[in-house]
Amino acid sequence: MAKLDSRIPSGPLADKWRKHKTDIKLVNPANKRKYEVIVVGAGLAGSSAAATLAELGYRVKCFVFHDSPRRAHSIAAQGGINAAKNYQNDGDSVHRLFYDTIKGGDYRAREANVHRLAEVSVNIIDQCAAQGVPFAREYGGLLANRSFGGAQVSRTFYARGQTGQQLLLGAYSALSRMVGAGGVELHTHSEMLDLVLVDGHAKGVIIRNLLTGEVTRHAADAVILATGGYGNVFNLSTYARQSNATAIWRAYKRGACFANPCYTQIHPTCIPVSGDYQSKLTLMSESLRNDGRIWVPKKKEDRLKAPGDIPEADRDYFLERIYPSFGNLCPRDVASRAAKRMCDEGRGVGESGLGVYLDFSDAIKRLGENGVRERYGNLFDIYHEITAESAYQQPMRIFPAVHYTMGGLWVDYNLMSNIPGLFVLGEANFSDHGANRLGASALMQGLADGYFVIPYTIGDYLAGQKPGSRPAADRAEFRQAEENVTGMTKRLLGIKGKEPVSHFHKRLGKLMWEYCGMARTKAGLETALQKIPELREEFWASVNVPGSAATLNQSLEQAGRVADFIELGELMCRDALTREESCGGHFREEHQYEDGECKRDDQNFAHAAAWEYQGEGKTPLRNVEPLNYEFTKMSVRSYK
Amino acid sequence: MVAEKTSKKLFSVTLRVWRQANAQSPGRFVDYPATDVNPDMSFLELLDVVNDGLTRKGDEPVAFAHDCREGICGTCSCTINGKPHGPGHGIATCQLYMRTFKDGDVIIVEPFRARAFPLVKDLVVDRSAFDKIQQAGGFISVRTGAAPDANSIPVPKADADLAMDAATCIGCGACVAACKNSSAMLFVAAKVSHLGLMPQGQPERDRRVLAMVRTMDDAGFGNCTNQYECSAACPKLISHDFIARMNRDYLAASVKSAFQPVSLGGGGAG
Ligand SMILES: Cc1cc2nc3c(=O)[nH]c(=O)nc-3n(C[C@H](O)[C@H](O)[C@H](O)COP(=O)(O)OP(=O)(O)OC[C@H]3O[C@@H](n4cnc5c(N)ncnc54)[C@H](O)[C@@H]3O)c2cc1C
Ligand code: SF4
Ligand code: FES
Repeated sequence: MAKLDSRIPSGPLADKWRKHKTDIKLVNPANKRKYEVIVVGAGLAGSSAAATLAELGYRVKCFVFHDSPRRAHSIAAQGGINAAKNYQNDGDSVHRLFYDTIKGGDYRAREANVHRLAEVSVNIIDQCAAQGVPFAREYGGLLANRSFGGAQVSRTFYARGQTGQQLLLGAYSALSRMVGAGGVELHTHSEMLDLVLVDGHAKGVIIRNLLTGEVTRHAADAVILATGGYGNVFNLSTYARQSNATAIWRAYKRGACFANPCYTQIHPTCIPVSGDYQSKLTLMSESLRNDGRIWVPKKKEDRLKAPGDIPEADRDYFLERIYPSFGNLCPRDVASRAAKRMCDEGRGVGESGLGVYLDFSDAIKRLGENGVRERYGNLFDIYHEITAESAYQQPMRIFPAVHYTMGGLWVDYNLMSNIPGLFVLGEANFSDHGANRLGASALMQGLADGYFVIPYTIGDYLAGQKPGSRPAADRAEFRQAEENVTGMTKRLLGIKGKEPVSHFHKRLGKLMWEYCGMARTKAGLETALQKIPELREEFWASVNVPGSAATLNQSLEQAGRVADFIELGELMCRDALTREESCGGHFREEHQYEDGECKRDDQNFAHAAAWEYQGEGKTPLRNVEPLNYEFTKMSVRSYK
Repeated sequence: MVAEKTSKKLFSVTLRVWRQANAQSPGRFVDYPATDVNPDMSFLELLDVVNDGLTRKGDEPVAFAHDCREGICGTCSCTINGKPHGPGHGIATCQLYMRTFKDGDVIIVEPFRARAFPLVKDLVVDRSAFDKIQQAGGFISVRTGAAPDANSIPVPKADADLAMDAATCIGCGACVAACKNSSAMLFVAAKVSHLGLMPQGQPERDRRVLAMVRTMDDAGFGNCTNQYECSAACPKLISHDFIARMNRDYLAASVKSAFQPVSLGGGGAG
């Protein structure tokens, strides 16, 4: 049974972080260069952490599987980043951002962590502006804001529709500076394939160079994973194709607890699947729902008719019908589920039947085509580029897609996992978003973790490790982990079956989407728990991984990742099955109010479920960290 | 999911793909016929399908670089029918759709070619020289936690907008591949201009441009002779005006450094 000590500091909520910073142990500046820290990942969380730790004097080794840190998936974030600056003087505050995040997470996050996140949000904007991030500005030269994701205040900072890109390039520039100065040793094309534990502490990693196939051992005083989310378990998602769960999954198999794996976010406005060849789903900004009206035909027979031929009386504006007061603007999870229900009834549009209309004809009548173009021109262009259809002339077709994973490795207030010396940052951990993440909060969390939390909290651990006590990489533990990695590679190459890796990834994705997607049932999850192990067996019996281990071999990379996804998918279903309630992104059909809203069970499930690996073929252990709401009152989210 | 039936008219093309095991071995074009091409497929999705076919036969699939598949990460990098990122305008390889082509087309697919981008395998090249340039000076030296309030330094909106135009560079290297001299001027100018247009970037402006240009030259990129093929191939349509801007900065910094040495160090460990 893993020991889950959340180490939340005592005292009033608003004082906890300040107090903790003065209470935790510090590393003497002259000693910092004697410690080596491994950072795996250089998205927002990893780059900001690696740069800052090197500035403090630690010796940092940073590994990414990408060819450059600038390619991390963070680059794709569009909408913006939240911060409680209250520059608009519209009543925002640290407390309000804290409260919105807690409520948005459906009361399944830790109060102390979320409050800290809101506190440091203001420093993030200062840091990024000083790095030269070209945020949107008002004519007076001050920073512009917008309101995002239904927030009642304008607290979102942005750089056109490319906020993630600009923030990542800022963090990448800080990291590049430290690489140039010799503070960070950067290893690109380097995939972490195992974590090494010595005496129960995380003390190193095993890396495969993706260009040469060389496998190397790296020892350190502490290991940080900032390797992103695991939404590609579903195969089709808004994630970059290469995003994967291998780093956190292999750490899980070494004993790190995986918390709330079933909490996934499904975004309602994405471009639908067009065919079996589909590799990726593209997000269309949520802002479109401000002016677009969502509908499907009332009659099944009409679903393939041209939308213009369906008279007003035969259209079902289902969000307006079911949620009269929020209408098309109801939250992501609610809108997604409603669209799914329509398609399940056979009324979905487009060739696949998996789509609903997002119609701008009323907006065009009201604002004129140019008015609409001014607001959404670039989005209409993207839509046209992908579908060859003009949303000025006919409604867009949209469908929900997997977008973010709130679950991840369990961490304490210091962002340390239950394995001493293993820290987890960014989307890879489970800490701040509870069961549902609000828009523009992931970028905030990644940078908070990397710039402003880990630089303090890692000292608390390292101060207890004697400088120079780092184990040598020729120890048995390293050798064993390396053999584990090379053994798996050999096995994959040796199967020489019939099907490419993508075949299994697609099938896993379909199972997950069907049974562990927007709406889950006991029976469905049980079916999945039967089918996924079968798929796993089939994978290991009949996958074909051509080529050798000694060169760039993209099939081999994918094979390892998909093998991990299959196992993680099973754990997600198990978690979803055990959580007998609905909350945020986790919707169990058995647990809903009459109006279809999530029915939480605070009595029995106000906790984080942290799964602990028990060995191959054994059922993992479900540990529980109770969530104590001391400062906020748990209430029901309603959008009617 | 519903079985795929489509009313779209499917067609056939031939992919003529550059295959090369590594930088040391010789490379050659190999033809791969592709049937049942759906016009709504992306070009990279067609490569996926071709690769799955090769794998089923036990052959090695074509190595190609990709990740976001929405034109923002800068990973994808094919020269298609002689043009970096292919026949589209202002798009990356991953944003090219098969409806651009017609039945019977032979599509020639090569890696980005440039001396400073050594070939890794098939369509994959090594663009780490870009990172080196960045490490030499593509930053503003500000330690975490040392920043003043973000609104204490107003930035004129026009400057911020222009800086953003430059900052949208995705670091793909198409500009280099499109240039007959393999010059990296557009990439470097975009970074130098982005930071040089912000008030925060002024203290290091001279050192930055000198260090980045020097590193660019050392990495084996060619000279710019104002052909502007770079901007035409750029998926973000970064303007070559930024090159002129960088040249002015470079000249000013060189003149100043002749009288007063400018340290080109990496910015200090801080
Ligand atoms: C389309 C889209 C739009 C979004 N828009 C927004 C938005 O507007 N606002 C917002 O707040 N959030 C948004 N998000 C969410 C947000 O972008 C991500 O949650 C966040 O950027 C994740 O950052 P990260 O640093 O944790 O991970 P990532 O950016 O995914 O970085 C992961 C890093 O880990 C490395 N890595 C992974 N595994 C290994 C391994 N085994 N070995 C070595 N290296 C490894 C990778 O190379 C990479 O460097 C969006 C997400 C998507 C998909
Ligand atoms: S300037 Fe354009 S072509 Fe060159 S690297 Fe940047 S985005 Fe690519
Ligand atoms: S794959 Fe990211 S830009 Fe093309």
